[in-house]
Amino acid sequence: MTTTAETARTPQASPTKASPARRPASARRRRPLGTLLTILTWLIALLFFAPVAWMVITSFKQESQAASSPPTFFFTPTLEQYAAIVDSNAGAYFLNSAIATAVSTLLVIVMAVPAAYALSIRPVKRTQDVLFFFISTKMLPIVAVIMPIYVIAGQIGMLDNLLTLIVLYTAMNLPIAVWMMRSFFLEVPGEVLEAAAMDGASLLATMRRVLIPMVTPGIAATALICVIFAWNEFFFALNLSAANAATAPLYLLSTMTSEGQFLAQLSAASVLASLPVVLAGWFAQKQLVRGLSMGAVK
Amino acid sequence: MSPAPEQAGRRDRRDAETLRADRTAEKADARRRRLPLLPALIFVIVCTQIPFLLTIWYSLRSRNLLRPEGDQFVGLQNFVDLFVDSTFRTAAINSVGITLGCVLISMVLGLGLALLLDRSFPGRGVVRTLLITPFLIMPVAGAMLWSISMFDPSYGLVNWLLELVGIGAVDFTSQHPVASIIVALVWQWTPFMMLLLLAGLQSQTKDVLEAAQIDGAGPVKTFLLVTLPHLRFYLELSVLLGAIYVVNTFDHIYLMTAGGPGTASANLPFYIYQRAFLGFDIGQSAAMGVVTVIATIILALLALRLIFRSINAKEQS
Repeated sequence: MTTTAETARTPQASPTKASPARRPASARRRRPLGTLLTILTWLIALLFFAPVAWMVITSFKQESQAASSPPTFFFTPTLEQYAAIVDSNAGAYFLNSAIATAVSTLLVIVMAVPAAYALSIRPVKRTQDVLFFFISTKMLPIVAVIMPIYVIAGQIGMLDNLLTLIVLYTAMNLPIAVWMMRSFFLEVPGEVLEAAAMDGASLLATMRRVLIPMVTPGIAATALICVIFAWNEFFFALNLSAANAATAPLYLLSTMTSEGQFLAQLSAASVLASLPVVLAGWFAQKQLVRGLSMGAVK
Repeated sequence: MSPAPEQAGRRDRRDAETLRADRTAEKADARRRRLPLLPALIFVIVCTQIPFLLTIWYSLRSRNLLRPEGDQFVGLQNFVDLFVDSTFRTAAINSVGITLGCVLISMVLGLGLALLLDRSFPGRGVVRTLLITPFLIMPVAGAMLWSISMFDPSYGLVNWLLELVGIGAVDFTSQHPVASIIVALVWQWTPFMMLLLLAGLQSQTKDVLEAAQIDGAGPVKTFLLVTLPHLRFYLELSVLLGAIYVVNTFDHIYLMTAGGPGTASANLPFYIYQRAFLGFDIGQSAAMGVVTVIATIILALLALRLIFRSINAKEQS
């Protein structure tokens, strides 16, 4: 701690002309090192990306080229695999995923925004306890509750029903969304709310006209995270759905056949199934950080 | 003398009335405050706590879907069986090993990458985009990409590379199942760690770093004495959040090794799933679920305390 304090104090104490005299020297020394670091960074990035690139490349191969030893690097790309997926029943799986993701995300936002409001701007008693409860449910191993859920769903005839997945995805994402939305509400300056209250605006009007517009970016970031987790979810989908409610991850599984080769087909399906989340994540990198940390990191 | 007590009595009564009115108003206010919270709170309680209570109920019974007649109250027998079950022990150890291995390795790699990205260089945005992609790939796709395209003993890319440098092909997922799973998980979670730590590095004010430099502190000293203490909150947060997500890993184990060979690479979620959905042993799997939850709660309480302390400390600063 003392080190930080001391270094923070130094600029005023030390003569300012010392820094311009020193900086060029260190910059000159740094330049070759900098280039080296840049090359290293690029190499690591390409290494990390290589499996993804390989997946994309494989998706444009014939099956025999996809599983060849040694690997085939030069080939005439074909859209055969993608065409086969379009012709197959994949659409139903992807549609199920899209519906489950969209509806559960909508439900999450509708419930999380008021809840986060009640935990930040006009806080209920025992706010900390409620927040603690929400986050503690994320630590519950899902597998510990799958059996009762399976039995209940079976008894009320909700197995292999998309509604079951929607309810579970909503419950799965709500705690994260509440935490995240709360962090956005906490950033709304108090004066804005006071001014609105002075104007005699009712609670709902304040919410609609002042608060919601201010936290719209937060709602978008929260929705992004919910979409990612719901779209990628596999465990509930595997255990609670069969022919009717199967989602995109299950389509990937269905492309693996015990007889014959399937790698190119699987790769093409993987590319299609990953594409929505990859694109969303690429374009919303800032929101991604905040969402993944449940609002703790800005 | 008589009017005074009367007045006092009236005043008392009035006080009591305003007090009562205050209290009703307070209650009404509390209710108004609570109202927006209730839908979310009730929804989460119904969806998580009721099934969990049922799990506890099942764990005390000998229900097995293959033997419908055997459903009776057995007390703690399921728990006793659990502690002599060596597979359960293996699964518990694997759970801890996979979580710790994945979180620690991806944190170190993520920190390295965050430091490399915390400088301006040509193509920085592209590099960042390339690096976060593994995290965005659907986990099911990522797991199969590693187990088949990368690790397959006859046509996997990794084995082809190994043969190029003169090492024979390795059947990764059956010879080193836990390590293979950790590799695939680290690939997926390193970007997560990198993103959080990079945000931490970028929240550091540049004057402090410049001041340290002017003071003559080298880059290593600056990192150890200035950057690392500043990053502490971000490191704690990334470890805790990473652990919450990774401890429940199921997809990678199901798809890469199916817990095998035998049960060598099963973690608790996978083993419980196996007993429940393949063995139909509801009592046993419920008991395992209960034990897992208790263990998780103990660890989580410690972890949560830490999270709350750091977040509160940060909000105050």
